[in-house]
Amino acid sequence: MIRLENLTKVFDTPKGAVVAADHINMEVPSGEICILLGPSGCGKTTTLKMINRIVKPSSGKVFINGDDTTGMDTQDLRRNIGYVIQQIGLFPNMTIEENIAVVPKLLGWDKARYKERARELMHMIALEPDAFLKRYPSELSGGQQQRIGVARALAADPPVMLMDEPFGAIDPINRAVIQDEFLKMQQDLKKTIMFVSHDIDEAIKMGDRVAVFREGKLVQYSSPDDLLAAPKNAFVESFLGEDRALKRLNLVKVAEVVSDEIGTVKPEDTLTTALARIDDFGYQNSILMINDKRQPVGLISRSLARTTKGYCRDHFQNVPATVSLDDDLRKVASLMFAQDITWLPCVDEEGRVCGQITQRAMTHHLGARFRTKQRETSAVAAEPKE
Amino acid sequence: MLIRSLKSAGLVLALIVIFLLGVWAQASGAIDDFLWYLPDVQYLVVQHLWLTFLSGSLAILVAIPLGVWLSRPSMAKAAESMMQVLNVGTTIPTLAVLALSMSFLGIGTVPAVFGLFVATLLPIARNTYAGLKGVSPALKEAAAGIGMSPTQRLLKVELPNALYVIFAGIRTALTINIGTVPLAFLIGAGGLGELIFTGIDLYDPIMMLSGAIPTALLAILVDALVAGVAFIVVPRGVNPARA
Repeated sequence: MIRLENLTKVFDTPKGAVVAADHINMEVPSGEICILLGPSGCGKTTTLKMINRIVKPSSGKVFINGDDTTGMDTQDLRRNIGYVIQQIGLFPNMTIEENIAVVPKLLGWDKARYKERARELMHMIALEPDAFLKRYPSELSGGQQQRIGVARALAADPPVMLMDEPFGAIDPINRAVIQDEFLKMQQDLKKTIMFVSHDIDEAIKMGDRVAVFREGKLVQYSSPDDLLAAPKNAFVESFLGEDRALKRLNLVKVAEVVSDEIGTVKPEDTLTTALARIDDFGYQNSILMINDKRQPVGLISRSLARTTKGYCRDHFQNVPATVSLDDDLRKVASLMFAQDITWLPCVDEEGRVCGQITQRAMTHHLGARFRTKQRETSAVAAEPKE
Repeated sequence: MLIRSLKSAGLVLALIVIFLLGVWAQASGAIDDFLWYLPDVQYLVVQHLWLTFLSGSLAILVAIPLGVWLSRPSMAKAAESMMQVLNVGTTIPTLAVLALSMSFLGIGTVPAVFGLFVATLLPIARNTYAGLKGVSPALKEAAAGIGMSPTQRLLKVELPNALYVIFAGIRTALTINIGTVPLAFLIGAGGLGELIFTGIDLYDPIMMLSGAIPTALLAILVDALVAGVAFIVVPRGVNPARA
């Protein structure tokens, strides 16, 4: 857990005092990733660097796991906080192994233990230890270097990590891969992480919580979903962008929106039965055909069922796409737009149909948050003045 | 193809010229004349190297700590003006420095070593300072953020990364040093300058060359030697020669 209490930094510049961070109060619960988000010069990096005292706080306190860090020795404090920076900062004079072992060596681990730890970490970041440990940073690609940077920060297994735009200098494709790998690692590691970013999409993807900064002040601190659904003021709203409702698609899983009510036909049913089912369920265009294992095998279109006689097995089209329960709505929306359809069948891990997801259900789910907010604000406005 | 055949033709030509020079030297008795100076050369080379060794190692021992000290953040304000003072120091001709040190320290080895030391100091101090200042701020921040003490940062991160530049300074300085030692003869410290200056005075080209050629060879040799040490000592990851 990281708790900041009235943390303030005032820089003396020739033009006068500049308040880079103004009485920041926030708490990151153990095992969560908190993203510090904001435009450049908003104080997010200053706030992060005050935690490990790269920037000395002007006033205020930092608590780590409940302990006030004010009186702690700076070196001890830093050795127990993993630190990853955008410029990566691997030491070019040391091999990968030496780079990873830096903190364990400072902590006085014996040789066998830190060598073993280096191999373990290489496996964790999916780089072959034998191929990489003896090489030098300059021989690695940017993405590989930053993986090592993360491994170095994790080496002594610190409970807390600070990451200053760690994936900012990596190309977009590699960045997405590293973000996914990191999230997967975090599921097991459960570190308490503060993470600076200026990229709203990264914040939504990586963060359990997002703290939006502006001109040294913490403007809003909430979950990504709350942030997108209920931005506190015009600044946050404009920073999130006009498509913030679409960004929420990333955050919602199919499982939350899926309806298990789905009409289906079997191959041996007649087209007449199919037409009746389509009308019963109120479908506009087609109905799903499934086999004995409840796996989707085809679509029977309404126009065909109305004009033709025969069995379903002879007159079906291919299923355009299916989605699984842990896909996010962004993927669903993308598939719908690509196929020009308004619903998709959902399948479980064994590929059995377990429900359907419709455009209507998606808009309803996303809109629900906005509707309650509007109702709240109108209720406040309607309250009679005494 | 053309370039390669031109190159090999040039090589053959050079060999023929060298051979003819050898024949001429032998025929005119120049080789015997040179060999006549051999015992002198042997004695003076040792003296020459001794002067270089004393002044050079003294300069390295003083200049590196000086460069390190000037590069510390606490010295940031004073460092640039200190470097300017050192820069002005090098613009004084070495001969003048030797003359000055002779007026204070008399004649012999001591004033010569002091004069050479002053001339050698600057390139090393300047390169040490520039090399340490050139270490990327990201590396220093990473080292600090990881929990290294200022001393650990200097020894494990800053110096290893500046080492290549520091060695370049030592190479320059020692080469200049070897080339300057002949002047030390003028204040009675010996060295190969004895043959060079006496040769000039007596209008004896053979005697002068017997001093000048070994001096040039020594400079090349010491340069190669320091380069070799740098090749081994500078860590592979930051050594352009081993990349």
